[in-house]
Order: sequence, then C-alpha cells, then structure tokens
Amino acid sequence: MTVMMPTATSATTQYRQRNARRLKLVLFGALALVGSVALDVSIGPGNLPLADVLRTLVDPQAAAPRLSVIVWDLRLPIALMALAVGAMLGLSGAGMQTILANPLADPFTLGVSAAATVGASVAIVFGWSVLPGAGPFIVTANAFVFALGASLVLFFMTRLRGVSAETMILVGIALLFTCNAVTALLQYRSNEVQLTQIVFWTLGSLARASWGKVGVAAVLIGLALPFFLMRGWALTALRLGDERAGSLGVRVDRLRLEILIATSLLAAVSVSFVGSIGFIGLVGPHIARLLVGEDQRFFLPVATIASAVLLSLASTVSKVITPGVIYPIGIITALIGVPFFFSLVMSIRSRAG
Amino acid sequence: MALAIRDLDFRYGSTPILCGLGTGELPRGELAALVGPNGSGKSTLFRCAAGLLRPRAGSVSLDGRDLAGLSQRERARRVFYLSQDTEARVALSVFDIILLARKSLHRGFALAASAADTHAVEAVIAELGLGPFASRDIATLSGGQRQLAAIGQALVREPDVLLLDEPTSALDVRRQLDVMATIREATRRRGIVTVTAIHDLSLAARFADRVLVMNAGQIAQAGSPEKVLAHPAVSQTYAVGVHLERSARGTLLVEPYIQVP
Repeated sequence: MTVMMPTATSATTQYRQRNARRLKLVLFGALALVGSVALDVSIGPGNLPLADVLRTLVDPQAAAPRLSVIVWDLRLPIALMALAVGAMLGLSGAGMQTILANPLADPFTLGVSAAATVGASVAIVFGWSVLPGAGPFIVTANAFVFALGASLVLFFMTRLRGVSAETMILVGIALLFTCNAVTALLQYRSNEVQLTQIVFWTLGSLARASWGKVGVAAVLIGLALPFFLMRGWALTALRLGDERAGSLGVRVDRLRLEILIATSLLAAVSVSFVGSIGFIGLVGPHIARLLVGEDQRFFLPVATIASAVLLSLASTVSKVITPGVIYPIGIITALIGVPFFFSLVMSIRSRAG
Repeated sequence: MALAIRDLDFRYGSTPILCGLGTGELPRGELAALVGPNGSGKSTLFRCAAGLLRPRAGSVSLDGRDLAGLSQRERARRVFYLSQDTEARVALSVFDIILLARKSLHRGFALAASAADTHAVEAVIAELGLGPFASRDIATLSGGQRQLAAIGQALVREPDVLLLDEPTSALDVRRQLDVMATIREATRRRGIVTVTAIHDLSLAARFADRVLVMNAGQIAQAGSPEKVLAHPAVSQTYAVGVHLERSARGTLLVEPYIQVP
C-alpha cells in the first residue's frame, strides 16, 4: 500500500477507512446476489425440496430429468433474468439520475418504458414490425426500437441550447403521458386476445426469460459497467453542477451524451426483454446513495447490485404470495416500490425544507 | 511571464457582455482583484478566460502562448475557474470534493487516489483549517464551509492561472482574512497568476497587488490599489463617493458613500 503514515485521525485515514467500508459493502452485495438467486431458484410451483434443487444446480447430470428441467430450464433463466434486468435497470437509472441531476429520473419516469409499450402494442394489434424480418421477435424488436426512439428524443432535447436537466425531466414526463395515451388508443382498438397481451406486457413479466436473453443482458452489463466506471471521476464532478465540472476539465456535453446513449441501450434492452418494470431503476440507486453516497466509483456498482438484488427478491415474492401462482413482477415492484418512492420524495422534501 | 487578455468580445444572443475587454499583462506571482458592479461581466470574463465560453473575438494568452489552441483538458490543467456557485449539496465529503479536483482529469480504470494525491489534499485541508469537518458530507455543512471546500479545490489543483469568483462571499471576517492571505501566499510561492472577483473594496485594497475595475464589459481602470481606488473611474462605475484612508495600523481602508446631489 502507501508509504505515508498519517496520524490516527487524519482525514486521509478516515477517507481510506470509508472506502474500505464501501468496498466491503460491494462484496457483501455480491454475496447477497448469490443468496437471492439461490432463494429465487429454490422457491416456486412444483414444491421441490431445497436439497434437491441445490443438488441439481451443482450436478445437473445426476438429477432426475424432471428436476433438471424445472431447475435449469424454468427457474434458473427466470432467476438470472431477474438479476440481469434488475442490474440493467439500476445502472440505467443511476446513470440517468447522475447526468440529469435528478433522483427521480429512471427509464420508467422518463417515458422509455412507456415508449417500449407503444412499440409492443403496435406489434400486437397491427402486426407491424419496425425491423423487417423480426419474425417471432416482432414484439421485442418493436419495443426495443421504440424505447431507443424515446431515448433519442431525450437526447436531441439535450442538444438544444438552453435545455436544462430539469427541462429534460419535464420532456420525459410529457413523453410518458403521450405514450400512455397512444397505448390506451391501441388498447381501445384491439380485440380481447390482443388486449390481454398488451396488459400482460405493461405488467412486465419474467416469464419471457430465456438463456439467450440472459446471455445478451450479461454481455451488455459486462460492457456497460466498465464504461461507466471509466468515467467515474468525471461523473462525480458532474454532481457539482455543469459549470464546476466544466472548470474541472470535464467535457460536460460529451459525457452526458455518452452516458445517455449507454443508459438508453440498457433500458431499451431490459424493457424489450421483460416488459415494463417500474421503480427498480428509481429505488436501487436511492438505496445506493444512502449506503455509499455519490462517489460514482462506488455509487454505480452498488446501485447496480442493489437493483439486481431487489428485483431478484421481488421475483421470489411474486411466487410466494399465492402458492402455485407467479404474479407478473411489474405488479410486485410497483407495490414494494411505492413505499420506497414515498420515502424518497419525503427525504427530498426534508432536505429542501 | 504573464496572463494577457486582449480585445475580448462576448455576447449572449444580441446582448453584448464583453466589449473589446483588455486586462494588460497580469504578471505571475501577483494577485489581481477584479471589482465592478453586479452584471458588469466579471463571471463572463472568467468563463471566457477558462475556456468555458467561446468569445466572438479577442485572445487569452499565458506566457505569450494563446490558450485557444489547447484542448479543454489541457486548458483546465492550466487555468482553474472557481465558480461563484459553490452551493451544490451532494453526498460527497469535503475530502472527496477536494480530491476530485485532482482526479477529475483522470481517465481509465486506475480509480484509486495515489499517496501524492491524498498528501496534497491533506495539506490543503490543514491550510484552510478544514480538518474538523473533512469527512462530513458537504450537504450537511454551512454555506461558508462549502465555499471553503471549493477554495480547497482551487488550491489543490496547482494550475498556472487561478480565477476566483467571489471566493469570500460567504465567509466570516476571520476566514475572509485567512483565505485572502492563503491565496496571496500561494500565488507568490507558486508563481501563478491569480485574479479574484471581489465586492469588498477594502479587502481588495488590502490583499491585491493590482486592482482591475470593470464596468459595462470593459476594464475601466487598472493599476495599484491606492492609485486605482482613488481614481474617479471607481466613483463613476459604482455611482458612489470613495474615501480612502490609512488606518493607524497602516492598512488602506476604502469607505464608499452615497453622494447627496
């Protein structure tokens, strides 16, 4: 380590101790990830004993085919998808909150999820595909393109002169309401089967999980997290405001653009994979902020991990409310998320007042 | 070896802010005070000099070299502008904030701070007396303490040019004197150019080697405090009378007063 030996109470020592504590928290979070996945896999329709599930996980060859199918083909993709989608939503929300200087920014509140729903609804009701040749993935493909489109709208707004971070939030909310209206219009025009499909989509469900999707998501997070961390110091500087970040040598416009593109991609992929899941991208970063503050070197990974654990736990909860029934996870996150959201709003109020 | 700003022109839309502004040579090792009424363009001048705003015309050069040719990173390495807004309330400690000023140009994965970095931060914390609250979040501090932390950013940075926008506006009397003395001392010791915008004319007279009076986007008068503050340009600029006096302790005191016509 370092050669210097500061006195017991020196600021540097305290700084190092604080960082060590934060690093421990990251490691603890990683353990919690493993634990919550294990919990998620061990619970579900089928009433399998925990020991059997664990044995099947460790040694799939030796397990009975029925066990192997339930654990490896049904439960594990869903459990890992919960983790991956939680991580993507959390990192995306954390990034948006940092670049927009607003703790209420996330893919859901900025209308990215709502736009994805419009895309999905268009595919469901009219069978139109934005990407030719999407085949069986037409709903996913449309959702992705529309989500990316919404992000592009946000992005071009930032390029306009005089559009502040606060205005961006308003643009996002306008986008959200517009998309909701369009979805309602499509719902009104749809037949019963289509309506059910749209509603199912808006609820967000991990039942759409597959190993392929888990793989894509894992690769994306594996690329995005380092991409964010490389810009850790600059992003922390951005928290002091554009002018101070600029005088610290941060190219504010460019940084904001890079992060917006990355967050959009994360949001678009997760929404197109599992439908619209609210609050995770809001609550995960909020917890991270409370735990490790806003030093982005710690904030971003902890926000990612916290969101992943949250969605994983929500996935477990969705299975235990009524044994034998798996509720769409979007319902669960909204129900759990609302009290969190409320506490978030109240904490902002008390800070302002 | 000096900073020179020449013929600077800047406008927001169609509103002219800087109109052919020139500062003359501001030598290294000297502390210059920039005084002038609200809205006279002091902050805009700083932003242009720091490269945060692009002037329509004119040049900013250091040691005879035009700074316009530098990348934003390089320019930020040489010129540090401490903005007037030091109010950001975020969950970052005073230590974090000051360290950030050394690491903000960092790119890549080696995210940890080096021993040299933490040494420098520690020294600045001691110099400014920030020790008692160095580990506290700036969101929990008073406005003056936040301002001190921001001054810490300026000192730890080690640029060639330091532009300070009213660095003492939120500080108590003792801290105003401490901070001005620290800034003057750092300017001499490091041989840098420091320009500080300041409203307190007595404080300017006491610590600055040179006073620049700014009015309507131009430098109306520049020179030694005694000479400049006695000049009619100051009373015209502020529409006040100015009375100068040496105190029994030998300090130059500036007493502005409202003239009854």
